[in-house]
Amino acid sequence: MYGRLPIVKMLLVTIALTVVISAVMVPINWNGQGASTAAPKIDHLLNVMIVLSSFVFSLVMVMLFYALWKFKAKPGDESDGEPIHGNTRLEIAWTLIPTVIVLFAGGYSWKVLDDIEDPVKDHLTGSVFSQQYAWSFAYPGKDYVWSEGELHVPVNRQIQFKMHAMDVIHSFWVPEWRIKKDNVPGITTTAIVTPDKVGTYQLVCTELCGFGHATMRAKVVVESPSKFKEWVDGLEQKLPEPYMDVLKEESVTNPPALGAGGA
Amino acid sequence: MAAAIKNPGWWRGLFGAVAFGAFGFGLVIALRAISDLPLYQTEQTGYPHVIVPAITAPLGFLWGFGCFDYWLRWAAGLPTIPDDHSQHGAKSWKDYFKFNTDHKVIGVQYVVTTFIFFFLGGLMAMLIRAELAQPGTQIVEAATYNSLFSTHAVLMIFVFVIPVFAGLANYVLPLMIGAPDMAFPRLNALSFWMLPLAGILFIGSFLAPGGAFDAGWTGYAPLSTGAPLGQSFFNLGVQFAGASSIATALNFLVTIITMRAPGMTFWRMPLLVWANLSTSLLVVAATPFIAGVQFMVLFDRALHTNFFDFGAGGDVISYQHIFWFYSHPAVYIMMLPGFGIVSEVISTHARKPIFGYRLMALALIGIVVLSYSVWAHHMFVAGMFSWLRVPMMITTLLIAVPTGIKIFSWLGTLYFGKIHTYSTAMLFALAFIVTFTIGGISGVMLGMVPIDIHVSDTYFIVAHIHFVLFGGSVFTIFAGVYHWFPKMTGRMYDEKLGRVHFWGTLVGTWGTFIPMHWVGMDGMPRRVADYAEQFGNWNLMISAFAFLLGAVQLVFVYNMVVSWRFGPKAGANPWRANSIEWQVSSPPPIFNSTEIPRVVGGPYEFGIPGAKHAIMAGEGTEGAEVPAGEKSVVGTSP
Repeated sequence: MYGRLPIVKMLLVTIALTVVISAVMVPINWNGQGASTAAPKIDHLLNVMIVLSSFVFSLVMVMLFYALWKFKAKPGDESDGEPIHGNTRLEIAWTLIPTVIVLFAGGYSWKVLDDIEDPVKDHLTGSVFSQQYAWSFAYPGKDYVWSEGELHVPVNRQIQFKMHAMDVIHSFWVPEWRIKKDNVPGITTTAIVTPDKVGTYQLVCTELCGFGHATMRAKVVVESPSKFKEWVDGLEQKLPEPYMDVLKEESVTNPPALGAGGA
Repeated sequence: MAAAIKNPGWWRGLFGAVAFGAFGFGLVIALRAISDLPLYQTEQTGYPHVIVPAITAPLGFLWGFGCFDYWLRWAAGLPTIPDDHSQHGAKSWKDYFKFNTDHKVIGVQYVVTTFIFFFLGGLMAMLIRAELAQPGTQIVEAATYNSLFSTHAVLMIFVFVIPVFAGLANYVLPLMIGAPDMAFPRLNALSFWMLPLAGILFIGSFLAPGGAFDAGWTGYAPLSTGAPLGQSFFNLGVQFAGASSIATALNFLVTIITMRAPGMTFWRMPLLVWANLSTSLLVVAATPFIAGVQFMVLFDRALHTNFFDFGAGGDVISYQHIFWFYSHPAVYIMMLPGFGIVSEVISTHARKPIFGYRLMALALIGIVVLSYSVWAHHMFVAGMFSWLRVPMMITTLLIAVPTGIKIFSWLGTLYFGKIHTYSTAMLFALAFIVTFTIGGISGVMLGMVPIDIHVSDTYFIVAHIHFVLFGGSVFTIFAGVYHWFPKMTGRMYDEKLGRVHFWGTLVGTWGTFIPMHWVGMDGMPRRVADYAEQFGNWNLMISAFAFLLGAVQLVFVYNMVVSWRFGPKAGANPWRANSIEWQVSSPPPIFNSTEIPRVVGGPYEFGIPGAKHAIMAGEGTEGAEVPAGEKSVVGTSP
């Protein structure tokens, strides 16, 4: 009975629609400017998903609108449709094909996740402290120095942020880095990022933390290693006592990323 | 007056609320007095003299209103009042304001009450969008803003979407399976009357010192454990809404499993019945988790337990695990009944059997099973054990498969049918397929950890949940209300106004929620009263569409209210549907039919000459004799 449907034409229209939607959507830089090594990987994953999703969406649209155009009842027609109860082969197809698609998406995501969280030996460690409604940062050296509301990092070097919340949950997000991680009171969480573009960005709190949540921001400066060293050397304030206590208690409850071997 | 206090009803309910409330208050004060504590503990999270009465007063109301009378008399060994069915059925509008055990009355009570909360929650959404129309602070301060979006979400989730489905099913499900009522009519009435109490606690929190709860509907600890008094009202309101929901689910399970008409095998149940069976399985097993976790928060606040107090060895992230172990299944609690509605509407208006009926039912069960294994996808950036992310991602993506089966099967149902689009219900059902597909696609993207890391807690999430919850659930709710309006009221609604409502809602939904994806990906976090200038234009546009969406709902109210009173009379079966509820009069007689129908075929046998789903009373008994034992009908529930 499906021989009565113009399957080939419907598929062609679906593919054409997929191409059009993808051609419009893929070139748009949805996530904004990227400024870390993770950004292009995540953006590429997104683009692959946009193409796959366009196909699924187009398929649904073509199926829906063809049916509405072809099988709409004439006014006054009170007869019933054909008593078709199903088609086993078709049902198996629309169970198996989506399974393959989502498993592909899952596998690809897993690979990207492994990539962007791959720790390297020569990384820099920085500490992030969040509290209602401010960010502060500590830089290890022979002593911990401290900056409030402004984070500096060197370009092209992996940084592992050890994050601490002092009161409620906050979340560390630099949209250009595509990296986000909650800061959770009582435990230390880790975020790994390799900034690859010099510039000034904004750190945004993305976990509701009270009435000042919307304005809980900090400045992030990515600069050359020499400038970064200069800036850290110029910091005069030592890490204050309460923060130091938290650092001393640091319990790494967030295990290393997949593939790093730890648990 | 004495008689008013003696007989169950509003007066005794009011008396019970006051008396039980006073008892709770007095108990706290007395205990504090003999312990030599200051009588009133008004630390931010304390207020035992408010919290305890907030538990006892609603129970007092339920007692006074008569919800427990039969059981209490029975438990106390008093002669029970013989059930004369005076609490059954509605003879005038006044009967809708009484303790009533008729599933049809309760269904209407549910739907009307929940829609009132829908409009209150919608009003809050309008205020939210007014504030967000421009960057900066315009009409509400940041703290009030947090209360507004928290209450908006809580009203919509706990006292609109979840219970409105329970209400619609309450009305049609017993009819559909040929039962005279639900299995436990008194429990059913109790379930309903707990619901407005939950809503009153949620809204009443605006009067609490410190304002309404403002930690989001998710109420993450430790923000919630340290929040002002309003948070305790949330903790308590969830208990009433949750208990209501669990009791209803048990009722549906027993009703569906034991009270189907003779001949209605599981494979002859309409998909709405399957959907509510699945939903009930989710509710009974998952809802205790949110009830428990909100008690834990309440205990942390009022009794200084340390479940989530990180300074005293508590574990902050465990809140999220317990919360989402309920709240992920909850999104299916809010969607599966809608799947059932759409199946009924599409099959009827396409004049076609549901394509792949058994796979449709199995897909529902598949979703139930999978939905218990995906909760941590809400926590990819929460700092939980990081290995957990990949298995949760895989199960999350796999849940797209049974959902996809449903979408394709609805589309398959349309083919070679005779599609009628004169009904607003059908328009909403068809539009649901489109908007829900978009919501499903963004859901798959969110399920992928690397993408989720970027868009988690941004407006992308807000866009996604509104596409699945408004474009999904609410569209199916509208489809259901329009579809069964003639059955419930005996009158037809105005299709012209229905169309205005439909197109306005469709345009409003897309215009409001599509651009939210874009601003989210571009860097706008969620739950903010203020945002960067660069998102100003998009937000202005979003607000404009949101106001359109809000305004067009007034057309719906007008249509429903006026049609209920003055609409043209509807016949028993205006949509020429097959299922049993359409074979009885509109509205159906008390106890639904004079005789239990006999089911002789599937529910969607369109296009098969002579095929029948059920043989009703008074129709010839061709086929089989009804055994004498199955003829008795009227109200024999214990």
